[in-house]
Amino acid sequence: MDSITKMIVINSKKVLPSDVVVKLYESNADVMIKETCFGVMVSGERTVVNRLLSEIRKMDPYGMFIKERGFLPGEPNRCRATRRGGARPGFHMLETEDRLLPNIAQGLRALDRGEVPVKKELKKKLDVEKLKKIIANAEV
Amino acid sequence: MKVFIYPTNSLILSDLVERFGHEPLAVMQEISKRVNTPGLDSPPLNITPEDPKLGLKYAAVEVPSGVRGRMSLFGPLISQAEAAIIVRDPVVSFGCMGCARTNELVNFLIRSKKIPMLDLDYPTSEEEAKEFVYKISQFLKSLKPAEEKK
Repeated sequence: MDSITKMIVINSKKVLPSDVVVKLYESNADVMIKETCFGVMVSGERTVVNRLLSEIRKMDPYGMFIKERGFLPGEPNRCRATRRGGARPGFHMLETEDRLLPNIAQGLRALDRGEVPVKKELKKKLDVEKLKKIIANAEV
Repeated sequence: MKVFIYPTNSLILSDLVERFGHEPLAVMQEISKRVNTPGLDSPPLNITPEDPKLGLKYAAVEVPSGVRGRMSLFGPLISQAEAAIIVRDPVVSFGCMGCARTNELVNFLIRSKKIPMLDLDYPTSEEEAKEFVYKISQFLKSLKPAEEKK
């Protein structure tokens, strides 16, 4: 059996991790579920987990982000409970990307609306002559 | 299609690649193989002394074993990659995946593979995020769709 663990990171205004957990329990699928502060972790057979999560994503397609996880939920080498607190390995990566998720969600909404973003003009580097003028003007 | 992502543990890239119908090649699946395969005995990551030897395929013997050990994780992903999405200088590469030499080597190897590749920066505003998502979707649409894994 090819088993897999996936984590759902929830950044939604209408769905809470507890709502997702209830929905997962309702499905009666043979998976292990763990609710966390950032979302939910689901572990089980690959096909079952993938099918289940594609259904769960429909609850809020712009507010749920899913990735695979190497470790099982509650793995003693990762879990803060058995590591005497402190940030869990991988937390900082998750925290950094979690801040970007609202913007990414807006990007996905814009994509579904068919918006084509305007090409951003690249900032040009400061011209040497211009810099020299600035320095000359700044001199007392 | 199998799409290599960098940062290799990125949630956003992994999610977007899967959302647009492709298979992300992320380091989590390599870690999972090591951690969940019975018979390995070097917890927590089960990186055994064999791994730096496997890394010799990518880096010379005088290169630190940390680089070679990491390459034993990234190497199989790079060899499977059929396309790549690279985020330039992610701030997180200073953290958990903060081995600058490995990151340079990974970027070099993926570029030298001459596969379809998309270079991006992490967005800092909503407008940039829209462009970020749009570019990724266009890039992934231009690739052949992934086959369902059984």
